[in-house]
Amino acid sequence: MNIEIRSGRVIDPGNGVDRNMSLFIAEGRVAGVGEAPAGFVAARTVDAGGCIVSPGLIDLSARLNSIEAELAAAVAGGVTSVVVPPDAVPPLDEPELADRLIHRAKEIGKARVLPLGALTMGLQGERLAELAGLRKAGCVAFSQAMVPVVDTEALLRALEYAATFAFPVWLQPQDYWLSRNGIAHDGEVASRLGLAGIPVAAETIAIATILQLVRDTGCRVHLTRLSSAAGVALVTAARDEGLPVTCDIGIHHLLLTEDDIGFFDPHARFCPPLRAQSDCQALSRAAARGLAAICSDHTPAGADDKLLPFGEARPGATGLELLLPLTLKWAGAAGVSLPAALARITSAPAEILGLATGHLGVGSTADVCVFDPDATWKLTPEALKSRGKNSPWTGCMMNGKVTMTLVAGRVVYEG
Amino acid sequence: MHNPQLNRNGELIHLLSIDGLPPLVITQILDTAASFMEVSARDVKKVPLLRGKSVFNLFFENSTRTRTTFEIASKRLSADVINLDINRSSTAKGETLLDTIDNLCAMHANLFVVRHASSGAPYLIAEHLQRIGRDDVHVVNAGDGRHAHPTQGLLDMYTIRHYKQDFTRLRVAIVGDILHSRVARSDIEALTTLGVPEVRAIGPETLLPKHLDKFGVAVFHDMNEGIRDCDVIIMLRLQNERMAGALLPSAGEYFRHYGLTPEKLALARPDAIVMHPGPMNRGVEIHSAVADGPQAVILPQVTFGIAVRMAVMSIVAGN
Repeated sequence: MNIEIRSGRVIDPGNGVDRNMSLFIAEGRVAGVGEAPAGFVAARTVDAGGCIVSPGLIDLSARLNSIEAELAAAVAGGVTSVVVPPDAVPPLDEPELADRLIHRAKEIGKARVLPLGALTMGLQGERLAELAGLRKAGCVAFSQAMVPVVDTEALLRALEYAATFAFPVWLQPQDYWLSRNGIAHDGEVASRLGLAGIPVAAETIAIATILQLVRDTGCRVHLTRLSSAAGVALVTAARDEGLPVTCDIGIHHLLLTEDDIGFFDPHARFCPPLRAQSDCQALSRAAARGLAAICSDHTPAGADDKLLPFGEARPGATGLELLLPLTLKWAGAAGVSLPAALARITSAPAEILGLATGHLGVGSTADVCVFDPDATWKLTPEALKSRGKNSPWTGCMMNGKVTMTLVAGRVVYEG
Repeated sequence: MHNPQLNRNGELIHLLSIDGLPPLVITQILDTAASFMEVSARDVKKVPLLRGKSVFNLFFENSTRTRTTFEIASKRLSADVINLDINRSSTAKGETLLDTIDNLCAMHANLFVVRHASSGAPYLIAEHLQRIGRDDVHVVNAGDGRHAHPTQGLLDMYTIRHYKQDFTRLRVAIVGDILHSRVARSDIEALTTLGVPEVRAIGPETLLPKHLDKFGVAVFHDMNEGIRDCDVIIMLRLQNERMAGALLPSAGEYFRHYGLTPEKLALARPDAIVMHPGPMNRGVEIHSAVADGPQAVILPQVTFGIAVRMAVMSIVAGN
């Protein structure tokens, strides 16, 4: 179906475009920007006046506990591609599991699903998973999710093997020994509340180890969920050195700190933990200058998983429907322009993934998000399509509401 | 940030932590406790303040001593006391903490005395009670994880006030495993709230929490230096399991550096008092000659503890 999205402000960070104009979609692709291609007849015209027309968002981490609800949540949040970490039950360590996930997502027909295969069997950090088989089944990269590889030799071998086939590996840098007993940043708040701490060294030691192995193996590594200023400094130096490393930051870490734990709010428990104000600022600067992509790290949890003492509550928050409004909130607070902020959730993740999407160039796949940047709404459990209602922002006003989401030129959501 | 232990009028409805308590509320508790000291000396050791009320001792972690003092305090207030040793009952069957609370509320509980291994568990209970509209049910924290042991903190303040009267001229040292100690946290908060000008923490780096300076506490690694000219010395219990990991090499080495001996005590003010929350490890953190010596006020602490717990329960249940 030919669609014209008319009079919106088209922000396409990947192509440096920011202009009020129409977007023309035909046969699942962007057929024209500003000017209709010859002979274009719109079967449907969408008025996007006052709205922003952006590439569909690419979320670098979303857990899909109940896949139908979560993929509906994705497109309601303007997210057209979701990277799924392998720490599902069972862990995604066999090609059939990847097959099944991708097949199921296609059946549902909402957002695209890009699975990460387990780097090791059962995420145990010991035996390698069948990386080539998983890749063939559609895994975009390999990961341990939040589970550290304790055995450094196993990590070295895994990176060597992945490098053999030029497979990228995604690692959350967290030293097992320094993080296994901790539940909060080893700072003032943890000291006051008597919560076992996770020091920043848990992150920096893991990053230093991984970077050394990247130097030795040449493996392309994406570091997930940076949490500290010192971690940012290490990755910055590695990029300057020319190492093939990229990184991302969870949106909550750009907006919240250890102080948000308040009186033991389980919704402020994250992995890695929310750290100090100075860390939050350094992460924000890293995202602002383009070092890191931003993801939601969507972790839907049932009410029972959070109605527990802080240290027993499941870490993480719902995020697919909040990635856009929270990124807008961050951009406002950090003084980042709208195109630069949108780049962090569109073109930057596409580049990390090596995808041809994430932009609106003529001929590209028409994954599009149309949103009203000024619409406000209150975050309530009922306002979310996701099964996960767990958010530290419950009760807060959000800015930015998605009005339409298209995947490959097909309207998959209308708000 | 909402502090769930005070109501809209700033009155104490739960005692969860010393953190955030106004000095006046602390003083009110200590004054009320003083009025109860006389009750314990009577032939009939009872006042009818909680007559007809049910106090549930919910101990998710074993503690005979603290539970007994709460039980005695409840009985002296004429309450009905029900002891639940949760380790052996519901959680073993998969019931969640809040399910347990709902069940006991349905049995018309008026006050929960809670001990739990997780820091913050009593907050979860207090917030839940507020959510379900049970403002007639109160929570007293009897120790949560490493976080707080506010009645111990208050009885320590009672003891200090009893012997030293004025808080604003004191030098107080807390010695030992502050990192894992909920008593130390509550003491530090109470001492700084009441205007003690110099609070010292003495211990090896492995047993001290980070950022103590931010809490107005001066850190000393050398006990001889830290104890000098102190008016009050609070010794902390050293758990045996601390020797299992890499925190400390041995009880012997710990005692040589941080055990309170008569020689070290001689460096403090001549009228310094020595406190300990119990149970003591003689020869590990404290020498018997000190524990049984004239400066030790460890047994009076226990006596004051009953009156302080009576005060806390009567105040929260009365608000």
